[in-house]
Amino acid sequence: MTFLSGLRDRLREGLKRSQEHLASGLAAVLAPERPIDDALYEELEELLLAADLGATLAADFTNRAREEVMFGTVTRADQLRPLFRRFLADTLQPAAQPLDLDHRPAVVLMLGVNGAGKTTTAAKLAAALSGSGKRVLLAAADTFRAAAIEQLQRWGERIDVPVIHQAAGSDPAAVVFDAVKAATARGVDALIVDTAGRLHTKANLMSELAKLKRVIERQLPGAPHESLMVMDAPTGQNGFAQARVFHETIGLSGVVLTKLDGTAKGGIVVRIVRELKVPVKLIGVGERVDDLQTFDAETFVDALLPVQ
Amino acid sequence: MLDSLSTRLQSIFDRLGGRGRLTEENIQEALREVRVALLEADVNFKVVRAFIDRVREKAVGQDVLRSLTPAQHVVKVVHDELVELLGGSGHRLTPAPHPPTVIMLIGLQGSGKTTTAAKLARWYTKQGQHPLLAAADTNRPAAQDQLQTLGGELGVPVVGGPGQTPLAICRQAREDAAARGLTPLILDTAGRLHIDEALLAELAAIRKEVLPHHVLLVLDAMTGQDAVTVADRFNKAVGVDAVILTKLDGDARGGAALSVRSVTGRPIAFAGIGEKTDALEPFHPDRLASRILGMGDVLSLVERAQEGVDQTKAEELVRKLREDAFTLDDFRDQLRQVRQLGPLDQVLGMLPFGKMLRAAPKDLTAESTDLGRFEAIIGSMTPDERRSPEVINGSRRARIARGSGTTVQDVNRLLKQYAQMRKMLKQLKGMEGKLRLPIPRG
Ligand SMILES: Nc1nc2c(ncn2[C@@H]2O[C@H](COP(=O)(O)OP(=O)(O)O)[C@@H](O)[C@H]2O)c(=O)[nH]1
Ligand SMILES: Nc1nc2c(ncn2[C@@H]2O[C@H](COP(=O)(O)OP(=O)(O)O)[C@@H](O)[C@H]2O)c(=O)[nH]1
Ligand SMILES: [Mg+2]
Ligand SMILES: [Mg+2]
Repeated sequence: MTFLSGLRDRLREGLKRSQEHLASGLAAVLAPERPIDDALYEELEELLLAADLGATLAADFTNRAREEVMFGTVTRADQLRPLFRRFLADTLQPAAQPLDLDHRPAVVLMLGVNGAGKTTTAAKLAAALSGSGKRVLLAAADTFRAAAIEQLQRWGERIDVPVIHQAAGSDPAAVVFDAVKAATARGVDALIVDTAGRLHTKANLMSELAKLKRVIERQLPGAPHESLMVMDAPTGQNGFAQARVFHETIGLSGVVLTKLDGTAKGGIVVRIVRELKVPVKLIGVGERVDDLQTFDAETFVDALLPVQ
Repeated sequence: MLDSLSTRLQSIFDRLGGRGRLTEENIQEALREVRVALLEADVNFKVVRAFIDRVREKAVGQDVLRSLTPAQHVVKVVHDELVELLGGSGHRLTPAPHPPTVIMLIGLQGSGKTTTAAKLARWYTKQGQHPLLAAADTNRPAAQDQLQTLGGELGVPVVGGPGQTPLAICRQAREDAAARGLTPLILDTAGRLHIDEALLAELAAIRKEVLPHHVLLVLDAMTGQDAVTVADRFNKAVGVDAVILTKLDGDARGGAALSVRSVTGRPIAFAGIGEKTDALEPFHPDRLASRILGMGDVLSLVERAQEGVDQTKAEELVRKLREDAFTLDDFRDQLRQVRQLGPLDQVLGMLPFGKMLRAAPKDLTAESTDLGRFEAIIGSMTPDERRSPEVINGSRRARIARGSGTTVQDVNRLLKQYAQMRKMLKQLKGMEGKLRLPIPRG
């Protein structure tokens, strides 16, 4: 995905801030002369917990480290960081997959819980595509939240991308239907559909989402080509339940992890990738239009276990 | 998954051979389970560590209450300790001696500030007050329109437009509120990161000049470990007087609340339980404690039922849950109550094992259930059929369909949904027994 390249430095800069407070902690934990004992394992486990990996995964990785020490592959504390780094990178590597946009129109469905960053991500992605010379259309299928349509329209004006919309409170399926029709008729390269936030526990809203997908499929076999769950990095363990239910209902093609410009690490995606095999495709690192980046496992792991 | 903390602890103590007194040794393993439960509930790991130490200190040496098993006793100690840490009996926002009372909402992006501002406006309107909303988020596209729309729906005036600074909007709003005799004044601010010094300074400036009486941190209940950092930074930079926990209508356990309490010492005032403006309730520490421990929220359900339907119906509902005496008549009552109680999934979410709610019949929501048709079908049944639906065979189905002007498929659909509902209640009941949930006698 060349259209997003060149932003890596910004990402690093964003991630650096979140590393700062942890860096000193890790340096102290992994001082080379420090004996490898229970206290050390405990501190390492806590580093993973602090990043929202969850109790099970944190214990699992720590136990694997114990095994390596037992087998003698690791003898010094400062060798543990590369070890953990490898565990995490091995888990996440398959997750670094590009967006599948080789279709005309390529249809991207943005979904997720309330306030995660769907609308902003839809706009950022539209801007990135349009900036790389593609013709893009946005669809305002959040007809529920107050002024959600206006929000996307403002973005549309700002980035000069047309927004298909209807009145507030109208049927999102009708908006989506119109949008696919318009995308096909105008021969655009990509259609990005912004949907209303919904908690995965609300059965009626989940079936509404399934219906939106069916409407797209029926008009354009093979679409949507991307169904992206947007989740913000501060999300804790509930993120897994979200991903599981959205995946069961819709079949996710990927996750977008937003708000990585804060201090939260978004470690719950490690579990999502490992157990659901859903890749992380994009990350959001700010509120500005160019604060979108492709997911890179190495960079992400470095943020989880910062280099001293 | 249905394995609650209580049952897990029970099996530990069963293995240890339930002794009458809690000792350092025999609660060690139990406390490990408690630790995992708290971590899974998103309580910050440092807070968990301190919490476990406190519980150990309290529990060791205690004699197990005669009415409880050792596992239940540990759960009780943990639960009581959680309730205490979460703020005892709850917190109310006191009105200012000289109106307007000024409430300022701050927090991360997307946490629910604007929605909560509108919810609070509605809350105070219902109490006979006349609030004023100030739209001081000049950053997010259409954030002011969002509050304008919500205010419009509620009939609450909203001030603040494009081209003004947030400070100017808040300052002006305070003057307006005083001049128009409106209180409380609710200030909605833009979301910002807790590490964005410039934007935090902006909030501090508003606080200093507009002098809000209550600065409320709006926090998403799904927040993980980062909640401590967020709360700490906002508290240090701006000052936090109380917290509002949003999006508790999902199945997040809400352990972040405990983290925030621990680092700021500030109480939690309200809980957001839905997207609509009526989905706000006072915060109940005991319920969140049960929820963090995965013990459901039966009290909330009962209270909501009492607000939404008449008292006897609410008690009936709880009794049916207990006794598994759920007939088609009850089913019809349930369908009618769905409208008053809110969407069924939300009601069920308050029961123990919120995860069960995904077993809820998908169509059984206020929006999609054809209540009229179902009522007609049940109306065409004999009292016998309503009490014991198993007797409804093919020919009876045809008769009922004819009598109600529906089709046999409709009748089948209703019976299927009823069976699903009943099965679910049965499972709930089975678990409820194990947990000894504090359901008042009906
Ligand atoms: N700091 C930061 N804020 C973000 C990011 N993505 C979205 N936001 C903000 O989060 C809030 C909610 O975003 P929005 O797109 O409206 O979420 P939606 O409800 O899922 O559509 C807005 O204030 C956005 O500006 C990000 O990557 N970083
Ligand atoms: N389910 C649920 N959604 C909520 C709740 N509170 C707010 N929201 C939703 O969360 C999203 C972000 O809310 P908003 O008020 O715009 O957040 P802000 O960026 O902090 O002002 C919107 O989609 C709201 O409808 C709640 O208690 N439950
Ligand atoms: Mg949106
Ligand atoms: Mg807002």
